[in-house]
Amino acid sequence: MIDLEWMAWTTPTAVFFACVALLLAGMTLLQIVRPTFERKGFLPIPTTRGDRLFIALMLAAFVHLGFVYATELESFWLPLGLSAALGLIILRRG
Amino acid sequence: MLKIEDNRAWFLILPVFLLVAFNAVIPLMTVVNYSLQDIFGPGQRAFIGVEWFRETLRDPAIHAAFLRQILFSGLVLAIEIPLGVAIALTLPRGGWKASAAIVLVAIPLLIPFNVVGMIWQVYARPEIGFLGQVVNALGIPFNYTGDPLSAWVTILMMDAWHWTPLVILLAYAGLCSIPEPYYQAARIDGASRWAVFRYIELPKLNGVLTIAFLLRFMDSFMIYTEPYVVTGGGPGSSTTFLSIRLVNMAVGQFDLGPAAAFSLVYFLVILLFSYVFYTILQRAGRA
Repeated sequence: MIDLEWMAWTTPTAVFFACVALLLAGMTLLQIVRPTFERKGFLPIPTTRGDRLFIALMLAAFVHLGFVYATELESFWLPLGLSAALGLIILRRG
Repeated sequence: MLKIEDNRAWFLILPVFLLVAFNAVIPLMTVVNYSLQDIFGPGQRAFIGVEWFRETLRDPAIHAAFLRQILFSGLVLAIEIPLGVAIALTLPRGGWKASAAIVLVAIPLLIPFNVVGMIWQVYARPEIGFLGQVVNALGIPFNYTGDPLSAWVTILMMDAWHWTPLVILLAYAGLCSIPEPYYQAARIDGASRWAVFRYIELPKLNGVLTIAFLLRFMDSFMIYTEPYVVTGGGPGSSTTFLSIRLVNMAVGQFDLGPAAAFSLVYFLVILLFSYVFYTILQRAGRA
């Protein structure tokens, strides 16, 4: 058995990467079933579904960093909810 | 809609995919894991949540290093892109002169980063270096070990010397790919040299200049070896860029958790800037 102790896994990071992997697998399946096409929404550039997901994920990362910078809170449900809401808006209307 | 008949080509990217997984994804996962823990030694660690991220984002020394890095990358792009294009325009387009010019221009690119640092460390020294002695002899005080402005000038000149050749080669390749009929049409219309550059050469260079711009931005934003060899981040902390600060944390102080959090923030900032620049340049190209 390969020893992965050096990678210092924790439950929250394992869950995080599992979610990222599921997201990528889901997007791949969706691409096979319903291929994306470039379109123009409220974002200033024409985007595909993958572009909008990338923008939503980047936005989520910076929302979380802003939250960490500006507050002392340890619970992340608020920035997570905000990121999910913004992400959905970007994916649907961006 | 275009239907893909044969998907077997995807197997050809499998080796690259595996290589990237081992070289980039697994180390990145490890950095994410480290960023949330206090690492005392092998097998000794404690989960501390986002504390290292909070510390990183509120550290005034990192804010200062970030502003220095933005200024440095901005100056590098402002100097190297126009200079590279200007030199590429003057290079001969064929014959042995073109080959000789390309070889000469490419020489700085072949020199290892730490050797470039050593060359400029000696070359710019006020006591023994040619550049330092000449500038001081002209009555301009120049001492990169004691004066922040001299240190910045030295590092910028060194970077321009080392990396402008990359921009020259890319721009030269772009210029050589422009078909001759474009120039013939311009001559028939009586276009000036500036008009030829503005309306023929510059639009045709868009693709290679996008690559040059992104490469130089990402590289200058991550610069470490050359300034570390020349100034060591000094005088004071006037040339302590983000990567120098990061290495001091990770290797000098062995603060693996804070260094991991810092690395991730650094990575996200580079990703953001690169995406924004890429999008803007692509749009400019389409327009």
